Amino acid sequence: MGIFDYFRSTPPKSASVAKERLQIIVARERAHRSGPDYLPALHRELLAVIRKYVQVDDQAVQMNLEREGDCEVLELNITLPDKD
Amino acid sequence: MARIVVITSGKGGVGKTTTSAAIATGLALAGHKTAVLDFDVGLRNLDLIMGCERRVVYDFVNVINGDANLRQALIKDKRTDNLFILPASQTRDKEALTQDGVERVLNELSQDFEFVICDSPAGIERGAMMASYFADEAIVVTNPEVSSVRDSDRMLGILASKSRRAERGESAMPARLLMTRYSPERVQKGEMLSIEDVQDILSIDLLGVIPESQAVLNASNSGVPVVLDEASDAGQAYMDAVARFLGEERPHRFTTFEKKSFFGRLFGG
Repeated sequence: MGIFDYFRSTPPKSASVAKERLQIIVARERAHRSGPDYLPALHRELLAVIRKYVQVDDQAVQMNLEREGDCEVLELNITLPDKD
Repeated sequence: MARIVVITSGKGGVGKTTTSAAIATGLALAGHKTAVLDFDVGLRNLDLIMGCERRVVYDFVNVINGDANLRQALIKDKRTDNLFILPASQTRDKEALTQDGVERVLNELSQDFEFVICDSPAGIERGAMMASYFADEAIVVTNPEVSSVRDSDRMLGILASKSRRAERGESAMPARLLMTRYSPERVQKGEMLSIEDVQDILSIDLLGVIPESQAVLNASNSGVPVVLDEASDAGQAYMDAVARFLGEERPHRFTTFEKKSFFGRLFGG
């Protein structure tokens, strides 16, 4: 490294990008695997029931399982389509 | 009763076999009777790293099938006392490693040895599951590289749920991190995840940090576990990890980069 390199602006740090990406994906994968096995099936069946009455897409049902101490909360978020 | 330790990672090529050979040799050097087992059925390599590839007569699957007894299959290390190697089978039949069979072999080894080191294959297939299922504790080998860290996290999840300890409802399997191929210089430049970064993500205790080192390739080239290269940085870092494994407190070495002086930088030294 010579004198000119010394004054060059610092390049973007790839390690911090790596850390950020890892934190996001690892958190997502942990949430997925810590959930009970029946979640995907429950999701499918809920969609089917809702579609008996309203046409919604796959993203309309969002499920989120949260743990607080001994208590587990299953949060369901169903987005209905906009009225014409 | 032996302590059964699995050396695992999920991702391949991060140094599981190098680590198994180094830790097992280190434990034997410290006077503990140790067996090191290759679970990579079909892709035997521990024998090569330990330098005993020409002395393999019987293997793990032979013992499971009753074609040989343990005494016949275990290879006594020529360099280090107290150290024995059980090579993997070269069979392509992945089902050969039965759970009952592995349990029988581990039970028999447990009566005779202080430590049983299980060298896990990469991936999460049968060999890897069998290597970790009966373990008392795990050493997770990780490179400071995104795919390795992610796979290690996946493996930690498997250790926590798919082991005998977990199925019996015992306390979680203790797992410690062994970081390999670490380059403090690249960390300082912001080009490599630091030990702290990886620990933040995986949230497990750190057993050791092995610096990126030419000694590792030299060691595997000649079939001598790297801990026997006492002058090398990697050999010393592995011996530190072994000491910590045995309960000693030791500071981590080879983890910081010595900056060159201003004049060194100026003249491109």
